[in-house]
Amino acid sequence: MNDIRGYVRKNGSVGIRNHVLILPTVSCVNGVVNRIGREVPEAICAPHAYGCGRGGLRDVEILFRILSGLVHHPNVGGVVLIGLGCEVSNTTNLLPLINDANKPIEIFNVQTDGGSIETSRKGIAAARRMLADISSQPRVPVPWGKMLIAMECGGSDAMSGVTANVAIGAVSDWLVEKGSTVIFGENTEMIGTTHVLKRRAKNDRVAGQIEQMITRAEKLTQDVMGELASLVISPGNMDGGMSTIAEKSMGCIFKGGTSTINQVVDYGQAPSEHGLILQDGPGYDGDSMAGLAASGSQLMFFSTGRGNPVGFPAMPVIKIASNTMIYKAMKDDMDVNAGVLVEGHQLNQLRDQMIDLMIRVINGENTKAEVNGMEVLTFMTVHPPF
Amino acid sequence: MKNNVLIIHPRDNVAVALTAMTAGDMVTANGIEPFKTMDEIPVSHKIAIRDISIGEEIIKYGETVAVSTQIIKKGQWVHTHNLESKRWKK
Repeated sequence: MNDIRGYVRKNGSVGIRNHVLILPTVSCVNGVVNRIGREVPEAICAPHAYGCGRGGLRDVEILFRILSGLVHHPNVGGVVLIGLGCEVSNTTNLLPLINDANKPIEIFNVQTDGGSIETSRKGIAAARRMLADISSQPRVPVPWGKMLIAMECGGSDAMSGVTANVAIGAVSDWLVEKGSTVIFGENTEMIGTTHVLKRRAKNDRVAGQIEQMITRAEKLTQDVMGELASLVISPGNMDGGMSTIAEKSMGCIFKGGTSTINQVVDYGQAPSEHGLILQDGPGYDGDSMAGLAASGSQLMFFSTGRGNPVGFPAMPVIKIASNTMIYKAMKDDMDVNAGVLVEGHQLNQLRDQMIDLMIRVINGENTKAEVNGMEVLTFMTVHPPF
Repeated sequence: MKNNVLIIHPRDNVAVALTAMTAGDMVTANGIEPFKTMDEIPVSHKIAIRDISIGEEIIKYGETVAVSTQIIKKGQWVHTHNLESKRWKK
């Protein structure tokens, strides 16, 4: 059976978890967030390194979009927001962006709520209250059309593009058929595939956006890395059998499957279309995950060959090992072994196994990264702090 | 016999070696008649599953990933020695 059950939010979005999120607006108050987390371990804490010190418009835009995206996240049933007071993303500035979230939000500021100990005490009480309030919300049957599922690869090896990403691509195609939305980013890993992605674009406008995004990613890579750019954009691992940049990148983009690309969204932006969506975001795993989560992705598939155990606050991450060796070496971190494709298993069997697991995870089963508490929040910045 | 190469997409003219192979090994995969390798094929590298002429596109993932620079026979190793990037010509 393919029935899924989730938490329907007041704005119509659907969560597959019902978390209380403890979110700092700025790194200066991470200690308060961590203290609340120790006292209320059922809550999800998302300390991070940002919130101030970067004045560039693009960085400020991203900062607010990520924080607001996490508050709005469908897997979050309530938010305890911990601010400082004098930071760029202070709660007064953030409030206009989140007051439409239509969920319990309690806000405390260390500078006006009595310092860090007193703010922690208030935050602990608020988190406990909120957990009690939202715990009675039932899971109800929800349509696949409400699901936004992100595809990511990190710590890749030569088999990632052969086993894990191919299997994830098959799941992507299945999801799009079901009416769900599939999103992936990592623009640096699209270099060399402009012709493929453009051809699959819904219309000329989307095709143009794809070309712009990849051209920009390639230029940025060359500008920043200079002569070392070839390490990224030339055939990366020829010893692994990659002969051209196009072949290497095909292995990455294949995780999105073969559907029509309906929209290109900016980093952290929520899609307004269904089907397959591209996000103009970076390749670095944590930063990419934050952008995809802030877009509202309820769940992520993450392929890895070298074995990256990272998770994300409030968004379950399903780890797909590309080879049996790393699956066995990191058994407590890996949810699925796509290395079985090498051992004679059929792709459609593996795909069906992954769909079964996805349904169980949507319905509440914890992924390895959730069990292990591997969540971390880091996101893209453009300029250094000053 | 267990499959030892993976054909990712029906359009592909190359398959990916799932194990290291030596010349003369039998290649087996779904949807193709078994045939013999002509070269040593390292694991995760490409092997031609049909004859490919000079200048023909190398298709993997159902998409063009390179162009051949030599006649490549079915069973031969396909890598930088017999193809070039369409993007950055050698």
